[in-house]
Amino acid sequence: METRSRNLYLIPYVLWIALFVITPILLIVYYSFIDIHGNFSLINYQKFFTPVYLKMTLSSFWYAFLITAFTLIVAYPTAFLLTKTKYKHLWLLLIIVPSWINLLLKAYAFLGIFGTFGFANAMLEVFGIGTKQILFTDFSFIFVSVYIFIPFMILPIFNALDKLNPTFVDASRDLGASGWTTFWKVIVPLTIDGVKSGCQVVFIPALSLFMLTRLIAGNRVITLGTAVEQHFLVTQDWGMGSTIAVFLVIIMAVIMFFTGNRKRGL
Amino acid sequence: MKKLIQALVALFVVSFLLIFWVDKLNSSQGYSGGNTITVYNWGGYIDPTLIDQFEEETGLTVIYETFDSNEAAMTKIQQGGTSYDVAVPSEYAIEQMVEDDLLYKIDHSKIPNLKNIDERFLDLSFDPGNQYSIPYFWGTVGIAYNPTLLGDREFNSWNDLWADDLRNQILLVDGAREVMGFGLNSLNYSLNDTNKDHLQEAKEKLEDLQPNIKGIVGDEISMLLANGEAAIGVVWSGVAADIMWENEALEYVVPEEGSNLWFDSMVIPKTAKNIDGAHQFINFMLNAEIAAQNTDWVGYSTPNKAAMELLPEETVTDERFYPSPELTAKLEVYENLGKEMLGYYNELYLQFKMHKK
Repeated sequence: METRSRNLYLIPYVLWIALFVITPILLIVYYSFIDIHGNFSLINYQKFFTPVYLKMTLSSFWYAFLITAFTLIVAYPTAFLLTKTKYKHLWLLLIIVPSWINLLLKAYAFLGIFGTFGFANAMLEVFGIGTKQILFTDFSFIFVSVYIFIPFMILPIFNALDKLNPTFVDASRDLGASGWTTFWKVIVPLTIDGVKSGCQVVFIPALSLFMLTRLIAGNRVITLGTAVEQHFLVTQDWGMGSTIAVFLVIIMAVIMFFTGNRKRGL
Repeated sequence: MKKLIQALVALFVVSFLLIFWVDKLNSSQGYSGGNTITVYNWGGYIDPTLIDQFEEETGLTVIYETFDSNEAAMTKIQQGGTSYDVAVPSEYAIEQMVEDDLLYKIDHSKIPNLKNIDERFLDLSFDPGNQYSIPYFWGTVGIAYNPTLLGDREFNSWNDLWADDLRNQILLVDGAREVMGFGLNSLNYSLNDTNKDHLQEAKEKLEDLQPNIKGIVGDEISMLLANGEAAIGVVWSGVAADIMWENEALEYVVPEEGSNLWFDSMVIPKTAKNIDGAHQFINFMLNAEIAAQNTDWVGYSTPNKAAMELLPEETVTDERFYPSPELTAKLEVYENLGKEMLGYYNELYLQFKMHKK
């Protein structure tokens, strides 16, 4: 009886996974072996290992890494500070609110802010630095991406810090550890899972960002996401687009594996 | 757990009520079945008051959707998720769609206003006899520039863009055919060239242009140029007209080596549910007064001879938008190069985009 009802509960889960996870991945893998003429071939994989796509993969990685690193640098202290405030959940909510606004809208807002005659340059002018080109640079791309991803990094870190039992910190201080040592030896190891899941949530989408590369970076930054978009919409070469997607899936799986909790092994 | 169930039930009830409400709203406004038509057009490509007028005159309700590239439009029509009744793709896309059997033939007897169209724009190579398409607007690709920001310099040739003192001044529209096309034109090759050596040469030449390029952007190019974000843009003639509307300082020129001549035409995709309505819409848009009003609003060049007579003299004699016969002779229409060649164009375009300054 019990196993039967458990099996019953499994149905929605299995259906969901089969329809929306396994089928799409299989379709992508299938398409990745199809060339433009609809024949089965390995040409797409061959093409992926040409300098163009390898360079693109490397640069996607590099930008995703930078975005994740800067997001972490901003998010960890913020989350730490939030847990110390009185109305922490209210403050947290305020940080999350911007993520309810449509991404495209925020990107357009930055077009105005970073423009030659925008707010950012007006400020630079006031401080006597003079107008700089901000839009369509690596800086603007990383800045806007970091801004967009920050809430996703803060949430898991905040939860980890919030769950941290304060008596551990007290004990560490009582036993004579300095604030710095307490932080590195007690707080960081106990919240590392939050950091890991935050990094996953940021790094993986950052790897395939495509809209910002055009709007904010003026196609000065080309990521794998841009190439996937182009192959599906412009070239109609679904095979090549799928091949890149397959590599993205593989890369993500590898990242999940290395940043996952491998408690059994320890 | 109890709270969770309560929340779920509340969500369900709210969603249900909303659906019911939307449905009610729709039926009260007449959005149901046979009395709507879905129009799929480029963004900002119709005077919105004309849609109201059409709805009033015919009692049909128009659902208006936009796209920003021919390829995106073709993909969406092919997938068939939405039943578009009228779409307005460009000539090479129409050629491809005819080949893929995605279009209905147009019944000319239902479009009496077809007589308003200038014969120069009928029976063109991409659709002989206009079996599948009726011209909507036409135009060119050229250079829009801001003389006040550039010390009154002029542009006559594509090669002027490569000047050393134009660092970080140029915005390009993000299109493989457009960018590769002017690269080829600057070398005096045809923009339909399929010789791989020529294409490679054009790509390398374009890579040399990189230091002068500020960004490669989409529709936001008109806003950026009007705001003076950059002094030069390689754009479609209509985008240039838009910008000049906003900022009179700008100029537009079709370079002497030649450029692209394009046509956007109205077609009826195979997904259409209201074929009669589609014909009514096409005929409505060809009406002289309607077309004149639309041309005035959109700013592209109209193929409608009767409408041109209603437009101000300075509009229709403006050689920037209605080029002289000598220049027109040098303009080329994009040919459908086939998927493989298009793939090659895009591959080179991607390499060009990845080339760092």
